[in-house]
Amino acid sequence: MEIINVVTAVASIGGMGVVFGGFLGYASKIFAVEVDPKVSKIQSVLPGANCGGCGYPGCAGCATAIAEGKAPVNACPVGGAKVAALVGEIMGVSAEESEPQVAFVKCNGTCNNAKMKYEYKGISDCAFEAQLSGGGAKGCAYGCLGLGNCVKVCAFGALSIKDGVAVVDEEKCVACGKCLEACPKGLIQFKPKNKKTAVRCSSKDFGKEVIANCSTGCIGCGICEKNCKFDAIHVENNLAVIDYTKCKDCGLCAMKCPKHAIKNERIEAMAAKKAAEAAAAKAAAPAGDSK
Amino acid sequence: MFVRLILILLAGIFVNNYILSQFLGICPFLGVSKRVETAAGMGIAVIFVITLACAATYLVYNLILVPLGLEYLYTIAFILVIAALVQFVEMFIKKSSPALYQALGVYLPLITTNCAVLGVAVSNMQVGYNFIESLVSGIGAAGGFTLAIVLFAGIRERIEFNDIPKAFEGFPIALIGAGLMSVSFLGFSGLIKL
Repeated sequence: MEIINVVTAVASIGGMGVVFGGFLGYASKIFAVEVDPKVSKIQSVLPGANCGGCGYPGCAGCATAIAEGKAPVNACPVGGAKVAALVGEIMGVSAEESEPQVAFVKCNGTCNNAKMKYEYKGISDCAFEAQLSGGGAKGCAYGCLGLGNCVKVCAFGALSIKDGVAVVDEEKCVACGKCLEACPKGLIQFKPKNKKTAVRCSSKDFGKEVIANCSTGCIGCGICEKNCKFDAIHVENNLAVIDYTKCKDCGLCAMKCPKHAIKNERIEAMAAKKAAEAAAAKAAAPAGDSK
Repeated sequence: MFVRLILILLAGIFVNNYILSQFLGICPFLGVSKRVETAAGMGIAVIFVITLACAATYLVYNLILVPLGLEYLYTIAFILVIAALVQFVEMFIKKSSPALYQALGVYLPLITTNCAVLGVAVSNMQVGYNFIESLVSGIGAAGGFTLAIVLFAGIRERIEFNDIPKAFEGFPIALIGAGLMSVSFLGFSGLIKL
């Protein structure tokens, strides 16, 4: 065995390593891509959930768009005003306050309210059931199927299924918009967080059909439209739609709706409180009259 | 000559399929085959890298190792070449085509550790292909990889929705699927004699 063999082996492989290393080092200088230092700074203040609620692929995409001026400093709906202020500081702009939004489910067809066409025993997936004839087992072809595709995509635990219908927890909802895409029926929409009135129905069927399928569906009677003092609610395609730019959240439409398809959480909470008080008073009253 | 190249290409895709007949590159095959889109992305990245790696390793082997009589060092030399090449390609694409860089994404650096790349380079050397044949064999092998991973991703997407016994959920059923695919690819064996 000659020592020269070892030397050539070491030298050639080592040499190749040195050459490649040097070449890569040189190439990294030539092919260096200038990254705006703002991008990494902005990304560090963004929530980092990569939910895509801003419309960009993840927080990095959003940070790039903000740094390039393609997106406003308040582009992140999840971070809200707090993150917008931090991003504004980095970009040197003052953030304008954006009205917080929340998602809401436009269906109130709970197990008690809505009739079923048949019993569904397939895969627990809304998109799958929605492909079946008649748009799923629910009598109303527009209604929530309650299998929870929205619950599965929500990274913030804001959605749950109650009585067979999806419900949004407004305190947890950050308006990322994932559930809007996940719902095969397109039942979930945004509304301003401070407006408590919402039409909890999406049925575009005629009144007679709606009544046959659901005890709380919008029949397109137009009573809400007539009663609204602000021209904020209109019946389009047999369905009442609220224009939130005009809505003053008075709740009159919710009170006048004969099918209770429009809900106002404020009024409902008050009514629930009253009912509870009445029940308490009844319980407190001596059981004398029930002799 | 031309017919031979076509045969090498087809042999790489079907007969000597690197995943299903030679069981190389199983790691990305199982790792990124959950969805057809990502599988196709990985496949395209692999085609790109294997073709370049075949050219680079051929040159290194025949211009450096053979003249110095260091053929026995081919494994370490090839690993070195492939790793450096993937790094360089990543940098080059990042600069020249950000869109392609976005599309290939994380798969490009992942390929550094794909043993199919090394496998193709070594088998080219052992069979003794010339430069053009090495390139074509590389394209064929990578095409076979892409075919297998895309088909497998399609199967796994279907499997997701099936009622699978608890013990078989996830990887076990995927591995069984891969095994059945491998058996079906056995049907190609002996089809082409080079």
